[in-house]
Amino acid sequence: MSGLRGLVIRRILMGLVTMFVISLLIFVGVEALPGDLATAILGQEATPETVAAFRKELKLDLPPHVRYIAWLGDFMKGDLGTSLANKRPVAELISWRFANTIFLAASAAVLAVPLSILLGILAALYRNSLFDKTISMVTLSTISFPEFFVAYILIALLSVQLIIFPSISNINDQMSFAQKIYSIVLPCLTLTLVVMAHMMRQTRAAIINILASPFIEMARLKGIKRMRVIVLHAFPNALSPVINVVAINLAYLIVGVVIVEVVFVYPGLGQLLVDSVSKRDIPVVQASGLIFAAVYVSLNLLADVASILTNPRMRNPK
Amino acid sequence: MAFLKLLRQSPLSARIGLAMILINVFAAIFTPWIAPYTETEVVGDVWLEMSRDHLLGTDHLGRDMFTRLIYGARNTIAIAFITTILSFLVGIICGFFAATLGGWTDQFLSRFIDILMAFPTLIFALMVLSVVGTSIAALIVVIALLDSTRVYRLSRAVAMDIEVMEYVEAARLRGEGIWWIMRREILPNAMPPLVAEFGLRFCFVFLFIAALSFLGLGIQPPTADWGGMVRENAGAITFGILTPLFPAGAIAFLTVGVNLIVDWFLHIASGLKD
Repeated sequence: MSGLRGLVIRRILMGLVTMFVISLLIFVGVEALPGDLATAILGQEATPETVAAFRKELKLDLPPHVRYIAWLGDFMKGDLGTSLANKRPVAELISWRFANTIFLAASAAVLAVPLSILLGILAALYRNSLFDKTISMVTLSTISFPEFFVAYILIALLSVQLIIFPSISNINDQMSFAQKIYSIVLPCLTLTLVVMAHMMRQTRAAIINILASPFIEMARLKGIKRMRVIVLHAFPNALSPVINVVAINLAYLIVGVVIVEVVFVYPGLGQLLVDSVSKRDIPVVQASGLIFAAVYVSLNLLADVASILTNPRMRNPK
Repeated sequence: MAFLKLLRQSPLSARIGLAMILINVFAAIFTPWIAPYTETEVVGDVWLEMSRDHLLGTDHLGRDMFTRLIYGARNTIAIAFITTILSFLVGIICGFFAATLGGWTDQFLSRFIDILMAFPTLIFALMVLSVVGTSIAALIVVIALLDSTRVYRLSRAVAMDIEVMEYVEAARLRGEGIWWIMRREILPNAMPPLVAEFGLRFCFVFLFIAALSFLGLGIQPPTADWGGMVRENAGAITFGILTPLFPAGAIAFLTVGVNLIVDWFLHIASGLKD
């Protein structure tokens, strides 16, 4: 068991190192700005006095490593600095939007994960049938489509042609849970379609791979029904790759959410990040970038740990 | 001739894919001759219906949509293509260096790239663009560098396998330099997997640029670009006007085409027979 624990601990340490380097990159990235951050934001016409005052406000007069440690320390304490655009604390701007983003991504995951695993199992069960081929063709094309194409097709169909769902997903705290769910149906559906293809294909491939093993042959020869063979014998053994692909796609959801949020004008972190990039509101960009990165890195970490734990062969690495 | 023979044996999906790509390439090369108007010419009212004068109607400023689509093909494909080439140059050179030199060079490059790859590309690109500002040159360099991490992985792995071959050993004993070995011994033998990867990476870069332009952080107006055109015309969809679906569909059309060809290529490369 110790080898297993060592493996997991090593993977977690790797994740921490990754996060550290990413935070350093985010910080150095701003350092590496050609010229000076203050002049870049204020423009060429700014007087030397304004630039000096602004530099002081951004603490640019201190040496870089001092600022990095102070920035990271503040970040850990939950103080994310002040937005340059509207002078409000970044933490206040971000927390509500981050909750919204998680809400949207989680709803999409709740819909997409069981659906794609179910479809993957069915496609493996009836493989090379018309059903399998249709699903494979549809998923292959949704992989090739940009997120906003899928989103606008859904809007054109479900919001404009048949007026069922709103094309703008504005949510606020006064809304009940059901109202919130109703207003995010379209972005949720878009994300589901985008991530489902990959998960479903991997589930299908993993199960078909297992179906070639001798113990499946044995189960068949015992006369067990095909559905039962797949659900009780093949699926548990395909769990490791399936969990892995699910976690990778959840990580992808967090990123894909940026574009979908912009399409549906959803008040999430991705929307805020995009707005702040065009306004060059560096503190907000840094904070939201670091949060996205942290979620992404932890989900990938979770994927690796889960696949170590569910795969007996990984427990004894050579 | 070998290509024609290969084409004759190709499955229907690959032929469809090739046709889809050729349509795009044709539009990109012969742009000024096909397009009925010029790139930024205002020709009529805003969001006109499809008609004989305006095959796909007009956009949010009254420019001809069909013309903009054709010009968009040229701009979008050219920028994606240059980016992919740059990404391959950087990725292959670094990957081959890591594989042939080994040791510390390899360790340093590989660990650094592991960390870069652990960071979501879109977020990374957004952060870098917020610092360096949005220009086409910045866009190309940023995306090429981010994408070259994936090329690095593949070319390093492929070069590792070739590097242990006797003919590379022989070249080393002859006293050839590392640059010569990389260029004359490893590169020709690493070509097939790299070519297949080029198609995949092109799709990825193309979608990536489209996404950034759609977010308003990529290619800037008035340059016609498919991602940006979706953004500009997005408002039309709530009036039931399908204008934004044309450029979005054009993006999907090209990526599906390239994916079909890549599938066929991988099928041939894997040596499977139908």
